[in-house]
Amino acid sequence: MFIQTMALDLYPPSNSNMLTERDLQRKSAQYRKALLKLIKACGAGHTGGDLSCLDILNVLYNRVMRVSPETFKSPDRDYYIQSKGHCAEALFVVLADKGFFPESDLENLNRYGSRYIGHPTRDVNGVEQNTGALGHGLAVAVGIALAGKMDRKDYRVFALLGDGELAEGSNWEAGMTAAHYRLDNLVAIVDRNGLQITGSTEDVCQLSPLDEKFESFGFAVQRCDGNNVGELVRVLESVPFRPGKPSLVLAKTRKGKGVSFMENVAKWHHGVPNDDEFKRAMGELEAAEAALA
Amino acid sequence: MEQVFANLEVFAATLLKLAREDSDLLVVTSDSRGSAKLASFAKAAPGQIVEVGIAEQNLVGVAAGLAAAGKRVFAVSPACFLTARSFEQIKNDLCYSNRPVTAVGISAGVSYGALGTTHHSLHDYAALRAVHNITIVAPADNFETREAVRAAAQLPSPAYLRFGKKKMPHLPRMDSAFELGKASLIREGRDLSFLACGETVAPAFAAAELLAKEGIQSRVLSLHTIKPLDQEAVRKAARETGALITVEEHSVYGGLGEACAGLLLQDGIHARFKIVGFPDDHTATGSQEEIFRHYGIDGAGLAQTARDLLAKR
Repeated sequence: MFIQTMALDLYPPSNSNMLTERDLQRKSAQYRKALLKLIKACGAGHTGGDLSCLDILNVLYNRVMRVSPETFKSPDRDYYIQSKGHCAEALFVVLADKGFFPESDLENLNRYGSRYIGHPTRDVNGVEQNTGALGHGLAVAVGIALAGKMDRKDYRVFALLGDGELAEGSNWEAGMTAAHYRLDNLVAIVDRNGLQITGSTEDVCQLSPLDEKFESFGFAVQRCDGNNVGELVRVLESVPFRPGKPSLVLAKTRKGKGVSFMENVAKWHHGVPNDDEFKRAMGELEAAEAALA
Repeated sequence: MEQVFANLEVFAATLLKLAREDSDLLVVTSDSRGSAKLASFAKAAPGQIVEVGIAEQNLVGVAAGLAAAGKRVFAVSPACFLTARSFEQIKNDLCYSNRPVTAVGISAGVSYGALGTTHHSLHDYAALRAVHNITIVAPADNFETREAVRAAAQLPSPAYLRFGKKKMPHLPRMDSAFELGKASLIREGRDLSFLACGETVAPAFAAAELLAKEGIQSRVLSLHTIKPLDQEAVRKAARETGALITVEEHSVYGGLGEACAGLLLQDGIHARFKIVGFPDDHTATGSQEEIFRHYGIDGAGLAQTARDLLAKR
């Protein structure tokens, strides 16, 4: 099914073999532009959270994870589970760039009958698990990691969690199991943007101190700036942080990162920029990309 | 006389046999190995049992992940918790994501009769019938349990299997084949039909035997697969016997009875019809047998229901 809509023209050609830190920064800027075009074109999206986790996805898919469209069905691939399923647009932008499906497919995002919907599903090439209900991803990631240990495989499992969803008790059930089975092939990354739909995570239901909480649950924890690709590379390339322990990356991010008027503003949890906002946002991102040229 | 076991025991023995044939078969438990009679499984195949503690949501989520990595998983927990607390995990992580996990609800229905509503599962058929992509099975006796476990292990999609913990008598059957989605004919008759599932098939058969002494010949079908329902067997029973009594260890809402009623009504097939199950009321407590008797789910009670139904014109 093809619906004529604005051409997305997402990605200038680039060589993605072993990107440098600067290449990754440029990639992030390109992804942000692609993301905003996508959200503008389809008229919906979890804009703020997409922007906060894009650098994490960028580093995972372009530097850290051993997975590609060619190896996606291999039993030895690294797995990625996106527990914060509502940020599907960010994942789709990255998967398209990696060649899991043609970029033009995303013109159908959220359209009637499209397999590209507002959450990740296995109908989309590159997606490992259907998510959308919060607090589900970590347990599934634990199961995959446990199977890897049983079968003596060296794949890793990366799970991206939102901070707001940590109020779901199922995360902590899964966390206990991860530590109990010493799953050091599991890497949970918390997109710690500090905001959820109602407002600050600390006002809604205090989460801090997350590092101490996860440490007490048996994780080896490292903090980093989750919008700094250099820091992300250093942290994510050093997993496991401690042999015999699951790793947890507490990635401090900014919701709406990269667009000044969206940054740290709860109302951009989901929302589509109007024409003027879109123009301003794209202008900022173009300038950011140009500065990296 | 042939020895009888609880369906639970047959489940555990069958699973161990399957586990020895397939090293990728795993059982996941939530502190439930004792109640699931899986202690000997754990001894015999310690590498094929995964314990997650008393955490049913986690049980199903982890099972989904294991299946995603190629394992053949049976996730075992009391039916009351498994289908309520982890309902969303069953819906999303198993059914929506299409992971071939068998969720096994042990001590189902009112098996934990004296423990009260927290431990009863009288909602599970209704809840799971409304979820796409799950096979729902309640075997009637040891034979059906063994066959259902074997069949579930071959399914490419999720299943829910539920049974109790009481020793179950062997039921006679007119055909030794077992197929998911195909009713088993337990007794032939032309005057009325009992359409039962799980541990209510035995009392339905007892009722049929009582009625036979009065010259009333009842057909008894074990509709072990509640979904997908053997629609043809239900239609045939309605057409050929004209009077149907459905029996289930479940609320009268949303279970086997309403599935049959909906089918017949939409097909324009008219038959005298009665749903026997648990009314929308505070559930009586006691042993499973006492509770069954309380609600007329015993030979005498079901025979009386049959006489009343046949008296209607």
